[in-house]
Amino acid sequence: MPSPSNENQIVDMKKSNKLKYFFESASEKLFLICAMLSVISLLLIIGFVFYKGSHPFVAEGYSFIDFIFGMEWVPSEDKFGILPMIVASIFSTIGALVIGVPIGLFTAIFLAEIAPKRVAKIISPAVQLLAGIPSVLYGVFGLAIIVPMLQNNFGLAKGQSLLAVIIVLAIMMLPTIVTVAETAIRAVPKTYREGSLALGASPIGTIFKVVVPAAKSGIMAAIVLGLGRAIGETMAVILVAGNSLILPTSLTDSVRPLTTNIALEMGYAFGTHQEMLFATGIVLFSFILILNFVLAKISSKGGK
Amino acid sequence: MGLLKKLSIGLFILSAAALLAACGDSNDNETESSGTGTDTVSISGSTSVGPLAEKLAEKYKEKQSNTNIEINQIGSSAGITNAISGVSQIGMSSRDLKEEEASELTETVIAYDGIVVVTHPSNKVKDLTMEEVKQIFTGEITNWNQLGGEDMEIVVVSREDGSGSRDAFQEIVGYSSGELIRNSIIASGNGNIKTTVATNKHAVGFISFEYIDDSIATLKINGVEATAENVLNQQYSLSRPFLFVHKDGNFTEAGQEFIDYILSPDGQKIVSEAGAIPVK
Repeated sequence: MPSPSNENQIVDMKKSNKLKYFFESASEKLFLICAMLSVISLLLIIGFVFYKGSHPFVAEGYSFIDFIFGMEWVPSEDKFGILPMIVASIFSTIGALVIGVPIGLFTAIFLAEIAPKRVAKIISPAVQLLAGIPSVLYGVFGLAIIVPMLQNNFGLAKGQSLLAVIIVLAIMMLPTIVTVAETAIRAVPKTYREGSLALGASPIGTIFKVVVPAAKSGIMAAIVLGLGRAIGETMAVILVAGNSLILPTSLTDSVRPLTTNIALEMGYAFGTHQEMLFATGIVLFSFILILNFVLAKISSKGGK
Repeated sequence: MGLLKKLSIGLFILSAAALLAACGDSNDNETESSGTGTDTVSISGSTSVGPLAEKLAEKYKEKQSNTNIEINQIGSSAGITNAISGVSQIGMSSRDLKEEEASELTETVIAYDGIVVVTHPSNKVKDLTMEEVKQIFTGEITNWNQLGGEDMEIVVVSREDGSGSRDAFQEIVGYSSGELIRNSIIASGNGNIKTTVATNKHAVGFISFEYIDDSIATLKINGVEATAENVLNQQYSLSRPFLFVHKDGNFTEAGQEFIDYILSPDGQKIVSEAGAIPVK
């Protein structure tokens, strides 16, 4: 039979255990709520954009096909067609990839494989800092340097053009591509390189025939992430794009991508015009969704 | 969990969210007067008049602390609609009223604003007719040498669709948004237009008088210089009134007092300080 003091201790322990369990479950719930918050905001944003954006097509009798494939965007005359903007978004993103991917990939290879530690220590933070620059500053840089440069060197009437957008976006996607690709390349096991070098392959040959193929899925992920950065960029683009409503046929045409259309006109828009801007958002959102889907596919492949 | 199950749960949550958003979305465009009685004056409308109205309201509150003035900048047309429907007591407009609007509303001109056509300072063209301005912005004239200038392409810079300045400019010059030359650069805001024109010797744009400075050259229209004087004596045609409109049945004493204050010498002094052209 336990002594009274012993009994007291047991009761105390039970009490403190209860308290412990309470804190345990309370903190679990708190964390759950925090985790749910981001999911809820995501769903609210999607729900709101889709609700607003689908309204003209569901309730006001506008045709979604005309919206997607329409060439004319004149809100004050009730014409809403965003094909030129879709094309502008796609062209500028592809263009930025063509410039940004090789540069980004080579930078990543250099940092991971070739550069002496001292050099990498300088370049790596510089690349990461590039990612931290607010996008509007890229736009100001583009407007002050790139646009006049194009204007003067190519004899263009205006430097605000698809080419200016591509250059700015290519610079902006560099940090994303470099950091993700570098991580992927570093993750390739050392034995691969040793095996290749032991068989007599040159270092560069080893990089391109062994290391890069082995890091393929990581590099693809880097490219898709860079793509996402480019297609969603707004503030930098709005300053250098010119925002003309034409279907771009050359690099020197000024363009209006989807994002800038929303940012440019939302301030004054109301009624159907505003809803059509939300609909533009849906189209943009679909692009991002597809990209994420592709990304998920790539990374699940990489896991195997 | 199976993919299908995950997907269906996701879809359910999505539709619930959409429903939620639908319910939460009640009249977010409209101005609500906050019900503090007769002392609240709700004003909505033009984004061009808005900043001036804010300044006037700020100064007015220093004198009349018991009057609460709510200003919502939602564009001229929306403001006029609100004034007609009674959602706002006063609507702000930076364009003239259309006939069917004028029949329902009483208008008060609180100030004038001039719009000026601007080019790069190096441009030799200094004088245009209204017809030439129209031809430039609709793309019929595409080279400065057609206007007696150098042989170089004209780059048109315009405001975005929905902007009150753009509406007023198009209405006075006489072309519609659909007629605007397609490859024109669209810049948001007066300052943005000024920067674009100031850095491009091909460019032509239009800005409010208050933004005029040395970085750009102002053009005469039909030989008339763009000055406040010429707007007041009605020589310079590229000008627009800043209007306060109200419906007589929905007009309180507090609203009348605010308008009286704006038209008083004190109020008109603020108008000219803000860069607009006083009525008197």
